Amino acid sequence: MTARLDAKFAALAQEGRAGLVTFLTAGDPDPATTLELLKGLPAAGADVIELGMPFSDPMADGPAIQWASLRALKAGQTLAKTLDLVRAFRAADAATPLVLMGYFNPIYVYGVERFLIEAKSAGVDGLIVVDLPPEEDDELCLPALKAGLAFIRLATPTTDDHRLPKVLANTAGFVYYVSITGVTGTATPDFDRVGSAVARLKRHTTLPVAVGFGVKTAAHAAAVAKGADAVVVGSALVERLRTSLDAEGRATAATVPGVLDLARELAAGVRAAAKAA
Amino acid sequence: MTVHQPNSYRSGPDERGRFGKFGGRFVAETLMPLILELEEAYAAATADPAFRQEMDGYLAHYVGRPSALYFAERLTEHFRAVSTASGLSGGAKIYLKREELNHTGSHKVNNVLGQIMLARRMGKKRIIAETGAGQHGVATATLCARFGLDCVVYMGAVDVERQKPNVFRMKLLGAEVVPVESGTRTLKDAMNEALRDWVTNVETTFYCIGTVAGPHPYPMMVRDFQSIIGRETKEQILAIEGRLPDSLVACIGGGSNAMGLFHPFLDDPAVEIYGVEAAGHGIATGLHAASLSGGKPGVLHGNRTYLLMTEDGQIKDAHSISAGLDYPGIGPEHSYLHETGRVTYLSATDEEALEAFQLLSKLEGIIPALEPAHALARVAELAPRMPKDHLMVVNLSGRGDKDVPQVSEMLGSKV
Repeated sequence: MTARLDAKFAALAQEGRAGLVTFLTAGDPDPATTLELLKGLPAAGADVIELGMPFSDPMADGPAIQWASLRALKAGQTLAKTLDLVRAFRAADAATPLVLMGYFNPIYVYGVERFLIEAKSAGVDGLIVVDLPPEEDDELCLPALKAGLAFIRLATPTTDDHRLPKVLANTAGFVYYVSITGVTGTATPDFDRVGSAVARLKRHTTLPVAVGFGVKTAAHAAAVAKGADAVVVGSALVERLRTSLDAEGRATAATVPGVLDLARELAAGVRAAAKAA
Repeated sequence: MTVHQPNSYRSGPDERGRFGKFGGRFVAETLMPLILELEEAYAAATADPAFRQEMDGYLAHYVGRPSALYFAERLTEHFRAVSTASGLSGGAKIYLKREELNHTGSHKVNNVLGQIMLARRMGKKRIIAETGAGQHGVATATLCARFGLDCVVYMGAVDVERQKPNVFRMKLLGAEVVPVESGTRTLKDAMNEALRDWVTNVETTFYCIGTVAGPHPYPMMVRDFQSIIGRETKEQILAIEGRLPDSLVACIGGGSNAMGLFHPFLDDPAVEIYGVEAAGHGIATGLHAASLSGGKPGVLHGNRTYLLMTEDGQIKDAHSISAGLDYPGIGPEHSYLHETGRVTYLSATDEEALEAFQLLSKLEGIIPALEPAHALARVAELAPRMPKDHLMVVNLSGRGDKDVPQVSEMLGSKV
């Protein structure tokens, strides 16, 4: 069911290195640019693509991803258009796992059943929905598992050992460890603690553990890669994209190469960590 | 509507924090352990007579409760004259529940006192809050000053500009006011920013939510703290009139003053209950804050409820003359009471509220806040249609001092 994700993490284990999960917001600053970026990311070293479904009120995100959402919405991005992007990406790339990340309201309004059917057929592998804790599993998590999509749960520093089994119970594909208490793209995690946190998760699950929130540079990525199965980078890529836009917020000739360059640097960081280990 | 009618309208929420399908706990995992801890701490506090006793002491001596239930004689006469002129010879007998006489000038303090006392029990030293008009922010800053707690208030940058006197009051009380520049820079964004702060400082911080919204247990907890309004009203009207009122009317933004008045009466079927949302420029214009009349169910700020949003599930900005009603959602229990039909939800436009604002000032010598002026605007329509022995209680949830500069600007020389 999570074939592409499972195959990817198996291959990474074989290679003996951590993977790179790259996040971008769908439609930021326009769908054509997003598609070009999605197509370029695997070659630049992204192992898993995380695509943000923009929402007007992203309360778990820091400024970088908030503004990315607003740019995309201003340009007319919708959930239907995001699924179109996945379809177009999947037509060109049958292997790279792609997970959608966002908030529940747009999915709820779209209709859970309709969304799951369309996402599955578009080639989505998993979902990360920030505002659905295990207490609300019957809303989307269980229907998603039934529809053949992985529901990737966030575990956080506040998730204690008592609660972890509940958080991990219906998680599939991988577990996303939030390395800080806070929102995306703000504080830099304490890298020593990340290793022990991942070790704690590993005592409770056999799933791969990806670590994100606050990973900004190749050096950060390398540090996190030492203790994790994958490193998630979002805000830094989105920020690189923003600085490439023109005064009206439109993509320029520098946008796609700029973002892919950073992806390459991050990928090199992740790979360097493997050699050091 | 084919909604099952429950045996009691007062039994919610269930163990998952649901009122029917509304409510719930739609929050990030980081907050979930804290929300569960809060639920436990609140249950323990509720079961502890010492907590109740301490709170009653502050309610009496610091807040100034009970608030009066006042027979609005001239307002009643006015609507009776209107009734006679339209050939009905009726006109309800109108009582005002004087929440505007509370310390800090509105009902907000009832809830803030409860939450601050709970925060103290939980050992939290830092309090955060969101505010729109500034009433909840001022109430929170006030109680933080009283108990020596750090206070950070998030306020949309647009509202900071609109509500300067309240910003100054909060600062005077020792609070830090953070203008929120994200999103549309209004109340919903202030709430997003408060949630972001909470996620970041989860170990030290207590989030004092200002209305009956947010993740469970907030809608229940805020309702419980505000229910003193309805409990007092029940006792007072029984003492004055020897019977229950025939109807209740209150304005609704998030809906905490309304829920506080309504809840103790929900299982008294003879009591008609009316909630009044802000219709802004009119529901048809799209520029309003009436989530029930003009929105649909969605999920925001931790709960499922009626929301103003686009076809694609993006939250829309609310519009109202009253910054206190300017919220694109509504407490989940109101959504439930709307769908079950127990409460009738109406709306009033900016213009209607402005008229009622002036009417009460002139007839009763009470300048209401623009928020309850919305309730009064619908009373102007409901009261003349009722018979003379109809007892109507209106929640006067706040005083209008804060609105005087804005209203004087709008009315100019017309007054």
